[in-house]
Amino acid sequence: MAETSTEGTGTIEALTLVPKAAARQSMKDFKSDQEVRWCPGCGDYAILAAVQGFMPELGLAKENIVFVSGIGCSSRFPYYMNTYGMHSIHGRAPAIATGLAASRRDLSVWVVTGDGDALSIGGNHLIHALRRNVNLKILLFNNRIYGLTKGQYSPTSEVGKITKSTPMGSLDAPFNPVSLALGAEASFVARTIDSDRKHLTEVLRQAAAHPGTALIEIYQNCNIFNDGAFDALKDKQQAEDAVIRLEHGQPIRFGADGARGVVRDAVTGDLKVVDVTPDNESQILVHDAHAASPTTAFALSRLADPDTLHHTPIGVLRSVDRPVYDTQMADQLDSAIEQNGKGDLATLLAGGDTWTVVG
Amino acid sequence: MTSQVSRTTEQAEADTADGAVVGEQRRPAGTKDVRRLDRVIIRFAGDSGDGMQLTGDRFTSETASFGNDLSTLPNFPAEIRAPAGTLPGVSSFQLHFADHDILTPGDAPNVLVAMNPAALKANIGDLPRGAEIIVNTDEFTKRAMQKVGYAVSPLEDGSLDGYSLHEVPLTTLTVEALKDFDLSRKEAERSKNMFALGLLSWMYHRPTEGTEKFLRTKFAKKPEIAEANLAAYRAGWNFGETTEDFAVSYEIAPATTAFPPGLYRNISGNLALAYGLIAASRQADLPLFLGSYPITPASDILHELSRHKNFGVRTFQAEDEIAGIGAALGAAFGGSLGVTTTSGPGVALKSETIGLAVSLELPLLVIDIQRGGPSTGLPTKTEQADLLQAMFGRNGEAPVPIVAPCTPADCFDAALEATRIALTYRTPVMLLSDGYLANGSEPWRIPELDELPDLTVQFAQGPNHTLPDGSEVFWPYKRDPQTLARPWAVPGTPGLEHRIGGIEKQDGTGNISYDPANHDFMVRTRQAKIDGIDVPDLEVDDPHEARTLVLGWGSTYGPITAAVRRLRAAGESIAQAHLRHLNPFPRNLGAVLGRYEKVVIPEMNLGQLATLIRAKYLVDAHSYNQVNGMPFKAEQLATALKEAIDG
Repeated sequence: MAETSTEGTGTIEALTLVPKAAARQSMKDFKSDQEVRWCPGCGDYAILAAVQGFMPELGLAKENIVFVSGIGCSSRFPYYMNTYGMHSIHGRAPAIATGLAASRRDLSVWVVTGDGDALSIGGNHLIHALRRNVNLKILLFNNRIYGLTKGQYSPTSEVGKITKSTPMGSLDAPFNPVSLALGAEASFVARTIDSDRKHLTEVLRQAAAHPGTALIEIYQNCNIFNDGAFDALKDKQQAEDAVIRLEHGQPIRFGADGARGVVRDAVTGDLKVVDVTPDNESQILVHDAHAASPTTAFALSRLADPDTLHHTPIGVLRSVDRPVYDTQMADQLDSAIEQNGKGDLATLLAGGDTWTVVG
Repeated sequence: MTSQVSRTTEQAEADTADGAVVGEQRRPAGTKDVRRLDRVIIRFAGDSGDGMQLTGDRFTSETASFGNDLSTLPNFPAEIRAPAGTLPGVSSFQLHFADHDILTPGDAPNVLVAMNPAALKANIGDLPRGAEIIVNTDEFTKRAMQKVGYAVSPLEDGSLDGYSLHEVPLTTLTVEALKDFDLSRKEAERSKNMFALGLLSWMYHRPTEGTEKFLRTKFAKKPEIAEANLAAYRAGWNFGETTEDFAVSYEIAPATTAFPPGLYRNISGNLALAYGLIAASRQADLPLFLGSYPITPASDILHELSRHKNFGVRTFQAEDEIAGIGAALGAAFGGSLGVTTTSGPGVALKSETIGLAVSLELPLLVIDIQRGGPSTGLPTKTEQADLLQAMFGRNGEAPVPIVAPCTPADCFDAALEATRIALTYRTPVMLLSDGYLANGSEPWRIPELDELPDLTVQFAQGPNHTLPDGSEVFWPYKRDPQTLARPWAVPGTPGLEHRIGGIEKQDGTGNISYDPANHDFMVRTRQAKIDGIDVPDLEVDDPHEARTLVLGWGSTYGPITAAVRRLRAAGESIAQAHLRHLNPFPRNLGAVLGRYEKVVIPEMNLGQLATLIRAKYLVDAHSYNQVNGMPFKAEQLATALKEAIDG
C-alpha cells in the first residue's frame, strides 16, 4: 500500500495518504515571509534550518503539512514554516493536533513544543498522545529552562538550579523526557542535538517514516537564560566521553576509538558503562531500536547523569510498529458502514417506537 | 389542578377526537369499572438499584406509542449504588401523560409507587391528599423502616389515612410468579420492577407489545432472564385484573388534537441533541468530530454519537476536558464540524480553548448540559446557572453566541441553529441545555429531511486579496463584509498556506501584531461580528394586552407556559416571551421590554438573565429564582406571577 515519494526517502508508509508535491522542492519553499524573532544565537535557528532543509526530502505537497505548537519560544516555530500552522495555547498542541490528524489522514502533522509546554502544563496531553499512537511527529525542544517568561527553572532543569524563581536552588527532581516517553508507551522515541544538523536530520528522517506518534527530544541551547547547558555534549573533547551515539544493529560503543561500551550487568540486569577489553568485547550490547520490549531502551535512557550529562544516548532509542490510532479510527468508520450500511438520517430519526398522527 | 380528574366513560365518548391512528390500547379482560381521566401523574420510586429509571422509561414508551402527550422527570442520586434503603439512595421517575397537550412533568403525583420505606418517606410530601399509593409491603420491615426514621409503620399508624393505599407484597408475588424458573430468590426478586410495571400498565390500559419486545431484545443472550421478566410483567398485569384491591382501571385517551399530523416518537433532550448534531453534519456536508470527556449529565451524547460511525461520525474520548475541546478545535481547523460536549465544570476547564477559538475564528460547538453548581455541585440535578459563565467566562473580550433549547425535543433544532451560527460566522457557539432537558422526554414530530435547513459552507479556494503591486494573495483575516466572518481555508488547499494563533493578529493578513490601534480594532470587530449575528425576533404571546411580561430562557419554558395558562384560565392577563438566543439577544427585545410595566424573569439561578437584561436595557426586571436542583412547579410559578401582576 505504500507509495513512493518524489525523491529521497523512497517508500514511507506513514505518509501514504499524503499527496505528493507536483514539483521538486527546495528549502526556500518552506520559509515563510515572516521575520524570525528568536534571540540572536538561539538554538532554535539551527533546528528551523534543519527542518526546512529536510522537508523537501519528503516531497510532500506543502499544503498538506501542518505545524501545531503550544506556547513558549519554540512554539513560534509554525510562523516561520510556509505550511499550514497553528500557534495554539500552552501545553495543548498534542490535543489539538490529535483532532486534526485523526480527522485528516491526508495531512502530515507536526507538533513543536518545549520542555515547559510539553512536560509541565501539557504533560497530560503528551503522555496520552504517545500511548494513543496518533500519526504525529512531536519535536520537543529541551533547553532545561523557561525562556519566554525570562528564566525560571523548568521540569527538566537539574536539581538545585538557581533561577529567578528559585534563588536558593530548585527542589524538583527533573523529568528525563526519553524515559517518560518510553514509560508512556511511545512507539518512537529519539534524542538529538540542535547543533548537530546531520544527526538531527537523520532522526527527522526516521521519525517521518514512522507510522504513529514520534517523540524527538532536541537538546537546544538557550543562550540567554541557560547558556552552555549542553556544552558537555557539544565540546569536541568532552563529547567523546559524554555522548553515546545509538545506531540500530551496532554495538553500543563510544569514547576515543570506541574504547568504552555498554554491557548488561549480569547480577542486576541493568546496563552499565565499561572499558572495552578483548575479554568483554563480545558482551557489548548491540542496539535494537525495534525490540518489542521498551526495557532496554529505558535502561539506556537512564545511563545519562542528569547533572553532568555524561553517558547521554542520542539517536533513535525505540522505533516499533504499533496500531496507529487514526488508522484504526478510520477502520471503525469503514466497518460500521460495512456492517450497517451508510448512515441514513431519515431512518435514524424514525428509529424506535413511532406513531402516526393524521390530520 | 393537582388531583386526578375523572369523568365517566359516557361523557368522554362524546368528545373522542377522530382521525388519529395510535398504538393499540390493551383493555383489561375483566368486568371491573373503567374510568376515564384526562391526565395522570405517576411517580415510580425505589432504591437506586431497583430499576426505577428503566421502569419509568418503559411506561413512557408504552404511553408514547399509545399517543398520549407526555413529559417526564427522572430524578436520581449521583451515586451508582447509594446505600440501600436510605433516603439519599432513592431514585424516582415521574411521568405526566394526558389526552391533551401538556408542558411539564407535573407538580404533584396522582400515583406513587413506593418500592421501600425510603421511597415512601422521600416522596410522600409531594403527594396531594387522595392520591393513590402502591407500596411494596415486603420491604416494610422493622429494620428498613427504622433506617429512614419510621418508629412506627406508616402503613399502620394512620398517617396515610388521607390517601388511597394499596398494600402489595410485590417481592413475594414476583418470586411466587417465577417459582418455575431456575432462578435464585435473589435473582427472581430483581424482576419486581417488571411486576410493578405490569400492574401499572393494567391500571392505565397501556399497550404491552413494546415492553415484551424490549425485554426479549435486552436479554437476547439470556433467554431465561427475558422469560422471567416477561412472566413477572404479565403477573403484575394479571394481579391487577384479579385482585379486589384494585377495583378500578383508567383510560386516558390519545392526545389527538394536541399534535399536528406527522410521524412521532418519544425523545429525550440528549438523544435529540445527538440526532441534531448528526443532522447538522449532513446538512452542512461536513464530517462530525466530537471531542469529549465523560461527565454527567452530558455523557449520553458521547455514547449516542459513538454508535453512529456509519454516518462518518468520529468520537474521541479525550484524556481530559481540555483535550476534548482541543481535539474538536483541531478537527475544525481541518474542516470538520467540531463539537465538544460537557457540563459546567468542564466548561470552566475549556475556557482557555474557547478563547483560542474566538481568536482563531473557527466554527466550534460547545455543548453545556448544565447541572447544579458551583464546583462538583449536584451532578444529577438541573440548574441554569452557567449563563454568565457562557457569556463572560473567558479572559479578555471574548464574545460567544449562546443558544438555549426550551424543551427536550427542541434540542434537535437548537443543535442545527447553533451549527448555523458557528458555520456562518466562524465562531465557537455555546449551546446551553440542562439536566432536566437532557434526561426528560416528550413526543417529537420527526421532521422530513427537506424541512431541515441548508447549512452548507464554502471553504476558501484561492487568493482573496490583491496587493498594491498587483499580486494575488490569501489573507486569512480578510472578512466577509456582511457577516464579518473570515475565510475558512482548510489544510490541503494549495496556495492558501497560512499560520494562525492566539496572539493578536493584524487585521487582514493575520500576522502577529502588537500595534495598539490594531488591537483596539480587532477587539471591536470580533464583538461587532457576534453582535451582528442574524437571529429571529422575539415572539410575544400576549392575547389580552397585558401589563406584565414573563420572560424566560431554556428549560423553564414548560413550567412558565403552564403557569401562564393557569393564570389566563383564572382570568388574569399576562404576556409571555421565551428567549432562544441569549447572545446576541433578538433585535426587538428592547422594544418588547419597553411595552410592559412589569417584567418578571423566573430562572433556576439567582438572576443571571435578569442581570443581563437590567444591564443592557436599563429595565427594572424582577427575578423569581429557584436553585434546588429541580424544575419549577407550575402552581408555584403561577402564584409568584400572580403576585407580580397584583404587586
